[in-house]
Formats: sequence, C-alpha cells, structure tokens
Amino acid sequence: MESLSMGGYGPYVWTCFMLTAVVFIICEWRARLRQRRVYRDIEVRIKALGDTQ
Amino acid sequence: MWKFIHKLASPPHFYGLAARMVPWFVLPGLFLVAYGTYAGLFLAPMDYQQGDAFRIIYVHVPSAYLSMMTYMIMAISAGIGLIWRIKLAHAVAAAAAPIGAWFTFLALATGSIWGKPMWGTWWEWGDPRLTSELILLFLYFGYMALRGAIDDTVKADKSSAVLALVGAVNVPIIHFSVEWWSSLHQGPTLIKKGGPAMDTAMLYPLLAMILGFTLLFGALLLRRVRAEVLFRERRTRWVKDLILSGRSA
Repeated sequence: MESLSMGGYGPYVWTCFMLTAVVFIICEWRARLRQRRVYRDIEVRIKALGDTQ
Repeated sequence: MWKFIHKLASPPHFYGLAARMVPWFVLPGLFLVAYGTYAGLFLAPMDYQQGDAFRIIYVHVPSAYLSMMTYMIMAISAGIGLIWRIKLAHAVAAAAAPIGAWFTFLALATGSIWGKPMWGTWWEWGDPRLTSELILLFLYFGYMALRGAIDDTVKADKSSAVLALVGAVNVPIIHFSVEWWSSLHQGPTLIKKGGPAMDTAMLYPLLAMILGFTLLFGALLLRRVRAEVLFRERRTRWVKDLILSGRSA
C-alpha cells in the first residue's frame, strides 16, 4: 500500500505510467489498423479490376 | 555503400526487411521497458527534494526525448526526399509524424501532471520549455494537416517537407530553452558537463527506459512505414503479386 501511495504522489505517478501505456497501445493499434486498411483496400481494388476484365 | 543504400530504398526490399526487423525491436524494447518500469517505481531511491513524484521522470524524459528525435527523423527524411527524390524517405517522414505527435502529447501531459505537485500549476504560458514543446505539437499537427489537405502525393511530399525542415529550428530551441532563458523546468540532468547529475540507482532505470522507448518507437515506425509504402506502391506489380499471393498483411 505504501508503494502505491508514494507519499501522496501516487495519483500523479500512476496516472503518468498508465497514460504512457495507453499511448503505446493506441500507437500500436493505429499502426496495425492502417496496415490492414491499406491492404484490404488494395485487395478490393484488385478484385474489382479482376471482375471487370 | 551506395549499392546498399539503393537496395534499402527499394520499396519491395524495405517492405520485407521491415517485417523481419520488427520483432528485433519489440522484444528487447519490452524487456527494457519492463525492467525500467519496475526499477524506476520500486528500486530507485526517493529523490530528496521531489520525493516519489520524481518517478514520473521515467516516462516523461523518454517521451520528451522521442518527441524531439522523431521530429529530427521526420525533418531529415523529408530533406533527403526533397533533395535526392527518394520516395522511401518521404514515406518515413509521413509515417513518423503521428507517432511524434503522440509522444509530444505524452511529454506535455506527463510534464503537466508532474508540474502540479512540484510547481503548483498544471501549465505556465511564460515558460519557454513548455511553450516550445507545445509549438512542436502544433508543428506535427500542421505537417499532418498539410499532407491530408493535398491529394497529389508528390505535391504533398514536397510541401510538407518544406514545413518539416522549417519547423526543425524549434528542436534546438526546446533543448536549450532551459539554458537560454529563465524557466520553471529544471536544467539538463543527463547531458551536461561532468556527466549525469544522478545516482546510478536512478540513472540505470532511466537509461533502460530511454533505450526501451526508442526500440518500441523503432518498431512502431517500421510498421507505419510498411503501411505507407504499401499505400504509395498500391498500383505497382509487386504489390499486386504480394496481395494475390495471399501473404498476410
């Protein structure tokens, strides 16, 4: 409990560490999402071109 | 040497290489961040002036350093793309911007949270370090907005590269602001004459966090550049072959 409260500074310290974790998760998620979207868009375009040929 | 650079700048080569490189950044990065977090929170001794609030340093300093380093990567890549017309360099610049913006936001947010118990205020407009870091965030936003506003990729690359290069002047201002002007922000602790002004029990976790953050940033950048390369090369034969071969994204 002592290590969690950090002499009254706990809310500040833990908020910073949690915020950091959230930012890393968002960055990773957005990078994967962007890759998947681009890949799927190209897939759809190739399929559409294939259907018209 | 030139042959190697030429090969590295080839989009299909880079696309495959980046995928293979990502785990080499992620695994040691996660290990270092896990060690740095544990040691920074539980093993490092309390600061005699700031108490346990100083532990925010373990996420604030790496974020702030990455916010500036990412901008320099973006500006240098944009410059290389502009001068030598290397498409991959523009892709790197475009991919770095959103990551840099997130780290700048993180540096500002953690700095503000640290400022409240230490300075008694969340924000101080007159402070040069805080204000110049906020300008950095606006530069990232401006860069991304400019890119987004121009449909033609070549024109977007050129215009945004000029903005990235002009904005690079802000990076040394951020770094030296605490030396040039009076600031609430503390002076340099790590990079200073006579070596770091920290005990090794505090210093090693911080170095681990800086290196760990850098490696994880490298992995994020590689992922983003891959997506950017795929988008830019979407009409090429190799991308079509890649999609048709059904290899995973």
